[in-house]
Amino acid sequence: MNGRARFAFTVLAFGYAFLYLPIVLVIVYSFNESRLVTVWAGFSTKWWQALFANEAMLDAAWLSLRIALVSATTAAVIGLAAGYALARAPFFFGRTLFGSLVIAPMVMPEVVMGISMLLLFVGSEQLLGGPDRGFLTITLAHTTFSIAFVAIVVQARLADFDRSLEEAAMDLGATPWTTFRTITLPLITPAVGSGWLLAFTLSLDDLILTQFVAGAQSQTLPMRVYSSVRLGVDPQINVLATIIVCVAACALILSGWLTRRKV
Amino acid sequence: MRYAIALPFLWLAVFFLLPFALVLAIALGTNAPDVAPPVELGFSFKNFALLFSDDLYVAAWLSSLRIAATSTLIALLLGYPMAYAIARARPEWRPLLLMLVVLPFWTSFLIRIYAWMGLLAKNGLIDQFLRWSGIADNPGSILGTEWAVHLGIVYAYLPFMVLPLYATLEKLDTSLLEAAADLGAKPLTAFLTITLPLSLPGIVAGCLLVFIPSIGEFVIPDLLGGTDTLMIGKVLWDEFFTNADWPLASAVAICLLILLVGPIALFQRQQARSLERRT
Repeated sequence: MNGRARFAFTVLAFGYAFLYLPIVLVIVYSFNESRLVTVWAGFSTKWWQALFANEAMLDAAWLSLRIALVSATTAAVIGLAAGYALARAPFFFGRTLFGSLVIAPMVMPEVVMGISMLLLFVGSEQLLGGPDRGFLTITLAHTTFSIAFVAIVVQARLADFDRSLEEAAMDLGATPWTTFRTITLPLITPAVGSGWLLAFTLSLDDLILTQFVAGAQSQTLPMRVYSSVRLGVDPQINVLATIIVCVAACALILSGWLTRRKV
Repeated sequence: MRYAIALPFLWLAVFFLLPFALVLAIALGTNAPDVAPPVELGFSFKNFALLFSDDLYVAAWLSSLRIAATSTLIALLLGYPMAYAIARARPEWRPLLLMLVVLPFWTSFLIRIYAWMGLLAKNGLIDQFLRWSGIADNPGSILGTEWAVHLGIVYAYLPFMVLPLYATLEKLDTSLLEAAADLGAKPLTAFLTITLPLSLPGIVAGCLLVFIPSIGEFVIPDLLGGTDTLMIGKVLWDEFFTNADWPLASAVAICLLILLVGPIALFQRQQARSLERRT
């Protein structure tokens, strides 16, 4: 190894150790006998059993999954439209505003978005008598911040690929809708898919926005985790972390494999 | 095409623009604890005046800026060599190395911060290590200090720094560096005069992507910081949930937005420019 390679190796080893050491330790301690995360007291699966018997946690997980499914799908449709408009309509009235509006939720501090959406729902409750805060309001909030992520992925993908295919279809007499359906959509399906996955993950993980708009009755998984973690370290959370890391790793490997096959 | 513009436009107008108008309206109102919702509409700037006159709020603004800026700098110093090493790695290794940077981002944010709680606590592994290695005799708990908050921000947002840096460094034309070497430039000179300036767009994008979210951060100062760690996101949260002062919390939100308009506009312009370059 020459000097440059050794430098690169050291940098990467240190960087990845920093990124992964905490995660590895959380996983290891999910099998700890003791309640304390500072002491190793032998191997045990009792926290795993405790988590799967924890009704409140399971209910929260189920609610989070349903919200993520609905909000990611809605965001994928709207984000697809937004990304398509940004990539294929170079000039229209209000395009700059439209572009900023689409990207803004991505960079907006979550506390700001949280308070603003809550005020919207409180306002509509006062004026229109609804909707009740819970599943619907959380889903609407998650959809709103996820649109940007789908739109960006779709726009980048559309900017990359050859426009002449679409033009050829139009020249041959296809309507814009037919062109979109038969040429554009199949080409950007992987992008929409990875945008959907991103939206799904973000929704599943969101705490701050959810805490603002959730109301008193519904508790999502991150809300549960947060209220338990605030009181200190809890081995059941280590178990949950282990599951989440494994699922994320599998999903990422799968999506990497899928996109590579497409290319 | 008309629908492709109208659908997102309407959605974002109702669920994104309209709410901000409401925040502004509420920020000009008065706190009314006896009614629900606890707001009396009005037109006064006293909430904003309070934010700029009360020492606690001023200190919170300043320390948010300071913590976000230093964390961004640390993330840059750590992320740049990583991105550089990945961009110079063998092409068949790059996807795997990049995936390893992105993977933590796909796991839960909350849980990644939680992971540090056990590590940083008194008698936690880091505490034990410091005592065992003799670096510090009685380090005590790092948890609850500003150190822990910096660490948490760098840890949570490092992928956002590495990815844009990698994107610019990977495209960098290495023949420029060879030319510089042929003309007798030392590696350091070549780096400072070629690599660094050409990767500037990545540096700017990465820094903004770390700086913008860390300014309004709530989870990290709440879980890793102590009672004396003041950050504006936490102030907003406490005013809203603990003190139930909606108008004051709204005023904090407006100020946070104004503070971030500059960085966000810069980021959007750069995004738009890099997309246009690809088309």
